Amino acid sequence: MTPAPVRWSGRDWVPGERLSGRTTAPEFPADAPVVGVLALQGDVLEHLRALARCGARPVRVRRVADLEHVDGLIVPGGESTTIGKLLVRAELLEPLRERITGGLPTFGTCAGMILLSRELDQEAPQPLLGVLGVRTRRNAFGRQVDSFDTSLAIAGVAGEPMDVSFIRAPWVEEVLDGDVEVLASVDGKPVVVRQGHVLATAFHPEVTGDDRLHQRFVDDLR
Amino acid sequence: MSETRTGTTRVKRGLADMLKGGVIMDVVTPEQARIAEDAGAVAVMALERVPADIRRDGGVARMSDPDMIDGIVAEVSIPVMAKARIGHFVEAQVLQSLGVDYVDESEVLTPADEAHHIDKWQFDVPFVCGATNLGEALRRLTEGAAMIRSKGEAGTGNVVEATRHMRAIAGEIRKLTTMDETELFAAAKEHRAPYDLVAEIAETGRLPVVLFTAGGIATPADAAMMMQLGADGVFVGSGIFKSGNPEQRARAIVEATTHFDDPAVIAKVSRGLGEAMVGINIDTLPEDQRYASRGW
Repeated sequence: MTPAPVRWSGRDWVPGERLSGRTTAPEFPADAPVVGVLALQGDVLEHLRALARCGARPVRVRRVADLEHVDGLIVPGGESTTIGKLLVRAELLEPLRERITGGLPTFGTCAGMILLSRELDQEAPQPLLGVLGVRTRRNAFGRQVDSFDTSLAIAGVAGEPMDVSFIRAPWVEEVLDGDVEVLASVDGKPVVVRQGHVLATAFHPEVTGDDRLHQRFVDDLR
Repeated sequence: MSETRTGTTRVKRGLADMLKGGVIMDVVTPEQARIAEDAGAVAVMALERVPADIRRDGGVARMSDPDMIDGIVAEVSIPVMAKARIGHFVEAQVLQSLGVDYVDESEVLTPADEAHHIDKWQFDVPFVCGATNLGEALRRLTEGAAMIRSKGEAGTGNVVEATRHMRAIAGEIRKLTTMDETELFAAAKEHRAPYDLVAEIAETGRLPVVLFTAGGIATPADAAMMMQLGADGVFVGSGIFKSGNPEQRARAIVEATTHFDDPAVIAKVSRGLGEAMVGINIDTLPEDQRYASRGW
């Protein structure tokens, strides 16, 4: 199986990539795992860069065909209502859910955590992938003026606590399944959870340059 | 968990990162905010009159009534932005106290200070500011802006100024990346911006913050063109709620912004949208009604 080529310039340009038009494609070893980043909206570029730093070959996923060659998937930060609607309109919601429930290792951050959740702590319906047995509360820490940086010890992450940013972040209101592991909490609310091959964080490891969670995700794909 | 820090540059710039690839829509009522959220907007800009109406009515345009902003904040779960006049730091203080997620120090409102912009470092709420060229963008960053939007000419439904400003900013960044050290010192003077910031951009080839486009975007193709020119996302002001079918047009612009490099998708969403806003030729605008020239 040959992974789809990644071009880093020209027409296949990523919003947010450098405007100089001189970007050269990074080199990846032939056996680098291919990780898709759901690229409908959000901080896709930060994840692409973090994955490249961790030795994975990143690809953007915007169509069903893009899913074909991926060994793992990241659902990025962004606006969860927007990404959910675009998943439905691009007819990606069902194919993605099938791939994830079929065992595709998946990592969601912030909006990604919300989209992976089975339930939300709100009245208004919004499209969800529903592959993680938790009930999540959106904007749980408050509005933007309440967004914060902190350091956080996470089970399984060796060394210093991670330097993390919570931006209009969610938390897990209730764990619904017995096999969901809580790897870190803030004020008693889970903010890093794992259920089998699905990992989710309420914060954004991709904006801080602390790549330990990405590195572990990539290493587990090898 | 140890000590927490709010209002840091990282969380301010970080929220703008989360809006990338999205559409921010001007709304004047909670009903319009609901339509925008349902269409897939990543945020709404709460204001009393859209720019096209500010143009029509004339007079002094100011910050919106707090009641009106509260109504919109209560209606939607996506981030809410609101506009303060250039230099009007008290309007910005009020907006921060209302809990808006981003303040737009905007040339669309009548400037309150003809020499100074707001000192945005004093706030926990992040700011977005307009720019017509790289120097203006860098001066706003120096004052603490956490997001930049190219100005365009708001309320015209004419994309030509947005194109001019996006091309100016992207072109000037490209030029910096080819310069040697000596030339960068001269470039910093020319752009009237700090040398360190100029040198950083020469190195990275992009602004250190998110760059959106605004001012005159009226169709899905307009939005996709701005994305192909290098924007991280788009603001749509009068273009949606001054058109024949706002629900459908809002959805279409959202999809065109995501699939900006797929003409087949843009064609599909552009079908049967009804009337776009009428639009104004920039040549016919008197000098004192050109909002892009406000700000220094």
